[in-house]
Amino acid sequence: MSRTIGDVILDLQNISLRFGGVKALTDISFDVREHEIRAIIGPNGAGKSSMLNVINGVYHPQEGAIIFRGEERKKMEPHRAATQGIARTFQNIALFKGMTVLDNIMTGRLTRMKANFLEHALWLGRAKREELEHRKKVEEVIDFLEIQHIRKTPVSRLPYGLQKRVELGRALAAEPSMLLLDEPMAGMNVEEKQDMCRFILDVNDQLGTTIVLIEHDMGVVMDISDRVVVLDYGKKIGDGVPDEVKNNPEVIKAYLGAGH
Amino acid sequence: MPLETTAGGSERLQTFPRLLFHHARTRGSAPAIREKDLGIWQTWTWAGVAERVRALACGLAALGFKRGDNLAIIGDNRPHLYMMMSAAQCLGGVPVPLYQDAVAAEMLFVLNDAAIRFAAVEDQEQVDKLLEVREQAPALEHVIYDDPRGMRHYNQPFIHDIHAVMELGRIHDRNHPDFLDTEIEQGQSDDVSVMLYTSGTTGQPKGVCQTHGAFIAAARGSMETDRLDPGGDILSYLPMAWVGDHLFSFAQALVVGFTINCPESSDTVTTDLREIGPTYYFAPPRVFESLLTSIMIRMEDAGALKRRLFHYFLGVAKRCGADLLDGKPVGLGDRLLYGLGNLLVYGPLRNVLGLSRIRVAYTAGAAIGPDLFRFYRSIGVNLKQFYGQTETCAYVCLQPDRAIKFDSVGLPAPGVDIKIADNGEVLVKGPMLLKEYYKRPDATAESINADGYFLTGDAGFLDADGHLKIIDRAKDVGKLANGAMFAPNYIENKLKFFQHIKEAVCFGHDQDQVCAFINIDVGAVGNWAERRNIPYSGYTDLAGKPEVYELIRDCVEQVNASLTEDAMVADSQIHRFLILHKELDPDDDELTRTRKVRRNFVAKKYQVLIDALYGGKTSQFITTEVKFEDGRRGQVSADLKIVDAKTFPVAAKAA
Repeated sequence: MSRTIGDVILDLQNISLRFGGVKALTDISFDVREHEIRAIIGPNGAGKSSMLNVINGVYHPQEGAIIFRGEERKKMEPHRAATQGIARTFQNIALFKGMTVLDNIMTGRLTRMKANFLEHALWLGRAKREELEHRKKVEEVIDFLEIQHIRKTPVSRLPYGLQKRVELGRALAAEPSMLLLDEPMAGMNVEEKQDMCRFILDVNDQLGTTIVLIEHDMGVVMDISDRVVVLDYGKKIGDGVPDEVKNNPEVIKAYLGAGH
Repeated sequence: MPLETTAGGSERLQTFPRLLFHHARTRGSAPAIREKDLGIWQTWTWAGVAERVRALACGLAALGFKRGDNLAIIGDNRPHLYMMMSAAQCLGGVPVPLYQDAVAAEMLFVLNDAAIRFAAVEDQEQVDKLLEVREQAPALEHVIYDDPRGMRHYNQPFIHDIHAVMELGRIHDRNHPDFLDTEIEQGQSDDVSVMLYTSGTTGQPKGVCQTHGAFIAAARGSMETDRLDPGGDILSYLPMAWVGDHLFSFAQALVVGFTINCPESSDTVTTDLREIGPTYYFAPPRVFESLLTSIMIRMEDAGALKRRLFHYFLGVAKRCGADLLDGKPVGLGDRLLYGLGNLLVYGPLRNVLGLSRIRVAYTAGAAIGPDLFRFYRSIGVNLKQFYGQTETCAYVCLQPDRAIKFDSVGLPAPGVDIKIADNGEVLVKGPMLLKEYYKRPDATAESINADGYFLTGDAGFLDADGHLKIIDRAKDVGKLANGAMFAPNYIENKLKFFQHIKEAVCFGHDQDQVCAFINIDVGAVGNWAERRNIPYSGYTDLAGKPEVYELIRDCVEQVNASLTEDAMVADSQIHRFLILHKELDPDDDELTRTRKVRRNFVAKKYQVLIDALYGGKTSQFITTEVKFEDGRRGQVSADLKIVDAKTFPVAAKAA
């Protein structure tokens, strides 16, 4: 691998998140380095998705600091995260079902469009130039993910595994520097999982994108991640390279129960 | 070289590289190759292709590729791979296309047999395969890839990006400006232009060496027959290692000068077909079949008015469409109706299929059902069949326009001489014959007889109009007790064209009459039974129903009626048949994995049934062991009815 893992680009310090009396996250700290694949694992309800939502600004933690590229932020809207180069996919696919694959991926370019509404409506010079440029970028994503054959197909007609791939496509269209994937392989069969793994590795390797992913399939996580953080009941119980985490007694307890 | 006279020109244009550079000189800005890249069709002109081929050829030479070397070509139909073929030919080398979906171990045989030093491959997947067997293929020196995706970490010195090779070639060309032209000048018509490996169902694959002259003759012949013109378009989507693709997408494209179009990926072929709207198209029968099925399914969902319109005009087309295409007389009323139908149904339908601009469409490779064949012809698609094999550049017979017989493969193509041997085997001779099997003088001698005829291995006959009918593999053809020819496959194919019959096995060698085992198609017959409120529990039960026997008997008798039309096979009418109690299955070794009947095995296994058929019994009890998919074994037993079918006297020849 020629990919070199760089400096810390996202540092989460002592994050606590509460919804009323429910403590979703308690005093969690970990960091993400540039170009790495960082997995967040944990049993159901451990706070994995909440963690992802904290990173891209959907939830605002009551305590702790988020330092992204050396800059501390506390309150931030999700669209700001998008313009900062953070893109994500969702646990339950969130695509525009009636639109084609092409149009769905095109929406990923939204933050990069400069022409205003009127220019687009009238197809004026700048809007046209922009659209062509964005279309080219979208086509590159389509080529990358090998979904040429469904370019013009409405998303609702696609099987689940392909919808997941389209969602990844939309996230990639934003040319993110950091990609948050919430269970990218949930509900897939073995072959679809293999494809998805390959695409994630390709994105990481060829585009240099930093990836933070939540995944339940331990085989996948241990195979593709550089480092893994383990959450349980909103607390961090483990952090390190896959082998360390696998042998961490806390983690074994959380996953297999205390009897083992 | 400025203007060449036509006669002098064609004499000079006796190799593919000369043809390529001729097109580049005379019509350099015409489109030669299109490829869909990032969703947009990109065009390469003849001049552009010639420039790249020049660069590639010089690049190959710079890497040490020499006259007589073989260049493996592995990948989907990519423009650069076609150009690589030309590049190798420029240097007097021989391109050897391999099937791209073969696994590494399968490729190994060809790599070693052809002593491959250079390989041009499509992408990382193919590079990985070659790396996997590199140890066992010691001759392999250089691997050149087209698609750089995923190749960043491959830094072995013998792996080259195709663009780097072109750059190398451009420098070489600047330093030795006369080098390539001299090399091309040395090329002769009887040099080997390509080596295509036969699939090798029996024994190891053999490399068929074809010359420039052979493929050019084949391409010229089909150009004349079908009046192909340089403005045409073809979609190149079948494996490059298949002789048909080499004829259509390479030889004919270079001889005629039409445009080849490479699909974006193998999954997008139907979309690409619609976008390109080729004028010239080839597909195996199953592709035509699946296109038709998808139309029929979509029509089921259409509104009532549209559906009625569709079925009404399909009826009109069935009545007169094929005759109109053949130029036969059709009444004025039908003509007008067909014209209206063309406007409302056939035209839009052809458009949806991507067949609007089709002038000639070909099918081959397997028997095509007459209904399917007639359907396409009736909506105005000039669908035809051809016959040929790798050893004959896929060029032996072509169906001529206006004289199509669906059960023949047509008239001998221009320049081809056909003879039927005493045992019924089809022998062919002509300029398109193979030069030899690579390093296999024994096989070459076996396949070409003393008079220079190639032994096709197919049994057939020429009918009264001189059309060739292929009936079977020669080794399967037997004789009835009265000496008449018995071609089981021919009869079985006729049976299988009925949707209710899935599989059939005919017996008759050394017997006085023909008998048959039938497998019903459980989907089609089950559906038929449901609509008639005939209850059944499973295959065995359904197969034994008297109503089903009646249904199948009707099919068998129709086959018998059609067999009387040819004196050669009229004695092969089916006298008695039974419907098997189980489906023939590869798991039980009754079929090959490619679903061909293993005739001898079936005959041995069901000897008791054959005895009953010929012994005049009306039923026979049988118990058969079957293997289930999970490996368990079970037994199926049934009391099989044996039924007589009506046979027909041989029709008196119409005067």
